[in-house]
Amino acid sequence: MRRRLTWFGGAVVGLLLVMASLVHRPAEAKSIVADIDHHLIAITTDFSGDDVLIFGAVDQPGDVVMALWGPLTEVQVHHKERIAGIWINRDMVTFGDVPSFYGLASSRPLTDILSPAALEQYQLGINRLQIKTLAAEDAALGKVDDYRQALLGLRERDSLYGDKVGRVNFIGDTLFRANLRLPSTVPTGKFLVEVYLVRNGEVVDAQTIPLVISKVGFGADIYRFANRHGFAYGVVALILSLALGWVAHLIFRRR
Amino acid sequence: MLGALLDWLLSFQIYLPIAEIAISVPMLLALGGGVGFLSGLFGVGGGFLLTPLLIFIGIPPAVAVGTQSNQVVASSVSGVLVHWGRGNVDFMMGFALLAGGVFGSSIGIVIFALLKRFGQIDVVIAISYVVTLGALGLLMLVESIQALRRVRRKAPPRKLHQHTWAHGLPFKFRFKKSRLYISVLLPVAIGAMVGLMSAIMGVGGAFMLVPAMIYLLGMPTSVVIGTSLFQIIFVSGYITILQSWQNHTVDILLSLILTFGSVVGAQIGGRVGVKLPGEQLRFLLASMIVTVALLLLIQLVRHPAELYAITTLGGLH
Repeated sequence: MRRRLTWFGGAVVGLLLVMASLVHRPAEAKSIVADIDHHLIAITTDFSGDDVLIFGAVDQPGDVVMALWGPLTEVQVHHKERIAGIWINRDMVTFGDVPSFYGLASSRPLTDILSPAALEQYQLGINRLQIKTLAAEDAALGKVDDYRQALLGLRERDSLYGDKVGRVNFIGDTLFRANLRLPSTVPTGKFLVEVYLVRNGEVVDAQTIPLVISKVGFGADIYRFANRHGFAYGVVALILSLALGWVAHLIFRRR
Repeated sequence: MLGALLDWLLSFQIYLPIAEIAISVPMLLALGGGVGFLSGLFGVGGGFLLTPLLIFIGIPPAVAVGTQSNQVVASSVSGVLVHWGRGNVDFMMGFALLAGGVFGSSIGIVIFALLKRFGQIDVVIAISYVVTLGALGLLMLVESIQALRRVRRKAPPRKLHQHTWAHGLPFKFRFKKSRLYISVLLPVAIGAMVGLMSAIMGVGGAFMLVPAMIYLLGMPTSVVIGTSLFQIIFVSGYITILQSWQNHTVDILLSLILTFGSVVGAQIGGRVGVKLPGEQLRFLLASMIVTVALLLLIQLVRHPAELYAITTLGGLH
């Protein structure tokens, strides 16, 4: 209890300090504070996508840009070619530092807010993601960019990448909020929300908010059981389907 | 009005823990029911239809393959009990096929893993479907049309089977239910071949087994369906455990929903099947198999809408 009070006290003091600094020393202190409505998104059996509410305040009017990043992974991209009349996977390129999810929201169109160089620097926009090429087969060497474009296009088609997954709305001059849409296929893991405050074409302040997306409850238990005790899981699955088939037979025989 | 009803039905979504995707429950029930109906009607597990359909609605291919093997167990159990009650299961023949089946599917799973590593599993699966479904379907289609013609002319039925070199093989055994006196090696070899293909293609394999039993072994059609269902319970059960153990690709929740639909469908299908004569049943099955083979062939040959395919490597969980 005591510990909790201390923690709570700390939070209150922190918040007061932030507010005080916003009011009294706008030039050097944080110019933007933002938070998220829940830091854990639970994927349960009735999960069908979710909206993340990100809200906050800026000390003076400006533009706000948000990027939502999923965990970085490696991805293989295959290219299909026709061989003996049949389309089969031929050459392959492996990319690294590929976000499993990427969504953007901004208060105005990105190109109106920031210069191309700044957009590049902060990796704002699907086409500005700094994806590494880890390996490419000889035949694919000259065409790595085609593979990269294909990867981005496929992710966009599957709603995993989007340059406009939400819009940042201002309430008055200093309060802002944005709803970012997560599809039901959203990957699990540690996400980051990067919130930028932009004035006169320059990023003046930024904040990063962590967000965890994880499986919770019955579905998560099944997932863990399947991955940790695969053999036992298989036996249970088998027994269940044997029993179900038998029960079905009993029910229908009586008629 | 109809559209609104459809929207309402589709809104009952469930998040599948292994497939990692939200899918409409009524749609899964309808899918399971439809495939179950065909399974009861023809005595085939329906995997060759269900696996492509599951992939089509967005289930990851590996999960579709793993889960449907589990689903096939349930529908086969409820099917085999109906046939058992009528005395239409040749257990000795079933065990002989099973011995080969376990051997063949074990090898098939090794080949599956190798092909997966080289990134060619998808195309090999597709070609396997086209070749096996196409060849068997055409064979059955021609045969069943001939049979239908014979029935119409009221000609005497052909001899149960001709004597060939296969009847000179050792280890002869009398399969009473099937009224056959043949070498045990024949069903074992057939079981092994079917087991190999069914592990690679992720199906129960009845669509290969049923014609092989009719045309290669010369078993009476009445016993074929019950016996193949009996054998498939074990092979699919074996694959279920292997897939869960090695690949973690069996989604119990998906399997339960599909099973619920399919056992109901299978019961109805089984009842309808009894009322249809064998020749017409075989003609229907053959037409369906040829259609699926054609559709898959078109997909292989046609210029794909998407020339690139992506695979995410580890690090996500």
